[in-house]
Amino acid sequence: MLLNTYTDSIDFQAFTGWIHGVLSGALPAWGVTLVECVLIGLGLLLGYALIALALIYIERKVCAFFQCRLGPNRVGPYGTVQSVADMIKMLIKELISIDHIDRFLFNLAPFIVIISSVLAFGCLPFAKNFQVLDYNVGIFFLMAVSSIGIVGILLAGWSSNNKYSLIGAMRSGAQMISYELSIGLSIMTMVVLAGTMQISEIVERQADGWFLFTGHVPAVIAFLIYLVAGTAETNRGPFDLPEADSELTAGYHTEYSGMHFGFFYLAEYLNLFIVAGIATTLFLGGWMPLHVAGWDSFNAVMDYIPSIVWFLAKVGFVIFVIMWFKWTFPRLRIDQLLRLEWKYLLPLNLVNLMLMVIVVVFGLHF
Amino acid sequence: MNGFKKYMTSFFSGLLSLLKGMKVTIRVFFRKKTTEQYPENRDTLKMFDRFRGQLVMPHNENNEHKCVACGICQMNCPNGSIRVVSETVTDEEGKKKKVLTRYEYDLGSCLYCQLCVRSCPHGAIEFDTKFEHAVFTREKLVRRLNREGSTLVKK
Amino acid sequence: MNKIKDKLALWAPSVVFAEGEPLTATVPADRFHDTARNLKEDPDTRFDYLVCLTGMDWGETLGAVYHLRSTELGHEIVLRTETADRENPCLQSVSDVWETANLNEREVFDFFGIRFTGHPDMRRLFLRTDWEGYPLRKDYDASPEVNPVRLENDESPDTTTVWEERDGKAVASERVIFDDSEYVVNIGPQHPATHGVLRFRVSLEGEIIKKVDVNCGYIHRGIEKMCESLTYPQTLALTDRLDYLSAHQNRHALCMCIEKAMGIEVPERAQYIRTIMDELNRLSSHLLFWSTLCMDLGALTAFFYGFRDREKVLDMMEETTGGRLIQNYNVIGGVMADIHPNLVKRIKEFIVYLPKMLEEYDEVFTGNVIARSRMQGIGILPKDVAVSYGVTGPSGRASGWHCDVRKLKPYGVYDKVDFKEIVRTGGDTFDRYLVRVDEIRESLHILEQLVDNIPQGDYAVKTKPIIRVPEGCYFSSVEASRGEFGVYIESRGDKYPYRVKFRSPGLPLVAVVDRLASGGKIADLIAVGGSLDYVVPDIDR
Repeated sequence: MLLNTYTDSIDFQAFTGWIHGVLSGALPAWGVTLVECVLIGLGLLLGYALIALALIYIERKVCAFFQCRLGPNRVGPYGTVQSVADMIKMLIKELISIDHIDRFLFNLAPFIVIISSVLAFGCLPFAKNFQVLDYNVGIFFLMAVSSIGIVGILLAGWSSNNKYSLIGAMRSGAQMISYELSIGLSIMTMVVLAGTMQISEIVERQADGWFLFTGHVPAVIAFLIYLVAGTAETNRGPFDLPEADSELTAGYHTEYSGMHFGFFYLAEYLNLFIVAGIATTLFLGGWMPLHVAGWDSFNAVMDYIPSIVWFLAKVGFVIFVIMWFKWTFPRLRIDQLLRLEWKYLLPLNLVNLMLMVIVVVFGLHF
Repeated sequence: MNGFKKYMTSFFSGLLSLLKGMKVTIRVFFRKKTTEQYPENRDTLKMFDRFRGQLVMPHNENNEHKCVACGICQMNCPNGSIRVVSETVTDEEGKKKKVLTRYEYDLGSCLYCQLCVRSCPHGAIEFDTKFEHAVFTREKLVRRLNREGSTLVKK
Repeated sequence: MNKIKDKLALWAPSVVFAEGEPLTATVPADRFHDTARNLKEDPDTRFDYLVCLTGMDWGETLGAVYHLRSTELGHEIVLRTETADRENPCLQSVSDVWETANLNEREVFDFFGIRFTGHPDMRRLFLRTDWEGYPLRKDYDASPEVNPVRLENDESPDTTTVWEERDGKAVASERVIFDDSEYVVNIGPQHPATHGVLRFRVSLEGEIIKKVDVNCGYIHRGIEKMCESLTYPQTLALTDRLDYLSAHQNRHALCMCIEKAMGIEVPERAQYIRTIMDELNRLSSHLLFWSTLCMDLGALTAFFYGFRDREKVLDMMEETTGGRLIQNYNVIGGVMADIHPNLVKRIKEFIVYLPKMLEEYDEVFTGNVIARSRMQGIGILPKDVAVSYGVTGPSGRASGWHCDVRKLKPYGVYDKVDFKEIVRTGGDTFDRYLVRVDEIRESLHILEQLVDNIPQGDYAVKTKPIIRVPEGCYFSSVEASRGEFGVYIESRGDKYPYRVKFRSPGLPLVAVVDRLASGGKIADLIAVGGSLDYVVPDIDR
């Protein structure tokens, strides 16, 4: 097949192989592993921070454009340095200590949230041969670590000694645990189609066509459900009840200041990236280029684009759609939010999973 | 069955209303933005003639104003923002005359009610359209409106 | 009229009637409550709407003035009652007859120290609990030594005082508002959804609201007291600062009241201009309502759309009046200046522009399934409750109450234009929302009829430099953006008013929040608050 001959114009394997070679020449085996771990860790954190900054800028700009405004345009050309300036401000701000809080849990909470999102971030396949964590049960791992974040949010609300925070955390708990179901089931639907839980394998299986297109109706339904549930998982509008600013001022992170607040803020945007990244991986072919059967020259042009660009462009598209949701819809009420999940999404999801099984068993997919 | 039909129609009509909203917002996304870029547009930004920015006492080219220090504006001000200081001088013909020495206006407590301007029998004061009033202390908002060495316009 | 007089004489034999319109009766304090109840319930009187309750200090005596209206029969009456005891003044409460008396009597207690026996909650409404004296009394000592600027926290008590009449004496007892086991959350005074510095103490059970206690007074400026030491033209400057979104309409009411008292005939051109500006003001206010309600419900983008279009209205007003919020345009006898030559053209452009935007509003918010489910069936206000609380304006009309002052007592040139009074019957949040959106369209319709027909002539009549209002009591009201705005002036023939009272449409709106939000969720409280559209400086005069 033509499609499988795709070679990335940026070869990450060569790059990582080269680093490995250099290190092996200079260090013993355990030293190589140690240095590589540290390097990867640093790389992850750096990427994490950079992506978060970029996302904050994009969000502000996109939001402004929806609202007939210009958005940040003072710091740097077109305001591009704005979020860097904000980060510096956040870093040098005082951590205000509050009376009558559970100090240990209060300080622990932002770290739990950020650790969970960094772990999930590590699972994303950014490009061909460019992925940090790749287990054969990768999808399980991803779902497990991404649901640790809720513990951090609950702790933050509970330890803050603030009634708004507590209500926000309780809402958040109810919301995230409910929508975890939808996320899980829609991912399972795709796992059924892919036949594997290893993330790199899932991407490889889409070389002949993205699952969204090859998976028939159930894949489309699963994609839509995933988008809704993913928005809810990231606490973004119209599901931003945990921090509903017109009701609870800032919800669970009302009492946080300085970089502790910054952690919540970063994690929030990174979770958006992660949700979009998983959507890309499962439905939009990960880093695979767009190919149309029969259009050989078109496909050849598409192949020139590096895989990391493909990945980021697809993620960008999904993020834009999620932002579009947020900047269009009013907020739901807590009972409506739960009703949407338990009365509409969950039954739909279960039926959809059955449908997908039938499609796969009888080989009805493309 | 009816219940199921209702369930489905509510689901799809709801979805349709959401898509309609998204259609509007994406249209606005590509429309021209309405932000006014202040202070870049300072040169082109013109306030309406009737805009009340601050009270001023116009002086002509000979450094003359029209205020006779009658104090009607001070009496009319609901908030005590105007203080007219005058002295009585005797002119060459031996007539006693009130002369304005200091016309003080406190921008910080002005209500912009225009009673002073409307009640002034000589049209000596008016509002101009300057609106950039920010200063660091309240004292700076107390202004002297008559210029140094200015006199009453001669008829 | 005579029928009412006969009935009153029957219920309170020592009632005294005053000359003039409307019927004014002084009812003895000990018969007041029963008389009030009879006036409300008797089929010949049916005074079910307490328009305005004014505390008074007549020098020798303290008392209150009640403006009553019947929503069925349309007639009006003014009741007065007084007590000579200045040390421990007591009057009978009518809060069980008209719900709106509840907060109004608290206000009178706050400013005059009159205790209302039988009132369930006799706390101060606006001032701090440690305030010395009663500021609207004529013998109040305003020196800063008595009431310095206090910087320490003012604890809000969880209990309140109830005064009962026993053997001709008022006896105090304590009533608990919130007990220790309740989970009480403050919504406000700094809160994005209270639209200003208003504070609700909300007792919660999980997400469910059990009780709402309104705390006002964070920005009370004592405008009514200030007016007593200002000349009539000077008082005009303060009305713009009540409900700043209906600045022009408020000032219209005060000008009308003074003009009526002095018998000034306002030129036709000025009447047209006033009406046009009133409607522009209503447009800007309703557009802001739309924006802020959307924001309260989480649709932040819609908020900006409303503001974008409101900006155009503000520009129109600024060009003619020189102000965007504080327009300062009405004067006694007319308006301050003639309309700007551009105004007519701008209004015509706007009449074409806005309907297209309103369609977008409908698509982005009115039709939205989330918005609908957030608003439909939430905070239902039945008509009789709306009347009893005195919830006027669009909120009252959403409950099916025909309370538009523009129709009931046409002023300006409202009798010459054709417009519909928007009335809906559901009384829920969504109806309150729709009434306002429809009123935007109706305002455009009114403007359309007016702009081309402004008659030539003077824009103001000449008035004397010093304005003295003849002795007497005067009341006029207009339909401000969020309800009936009334002005009550009692004059003793001076150049200063003896007492000015502003009947604010906002106070009944916050009074009814407890009724509408209890039993709902926190998010419903926000939706209800947004749909009532109160403005805090209007409550805290």
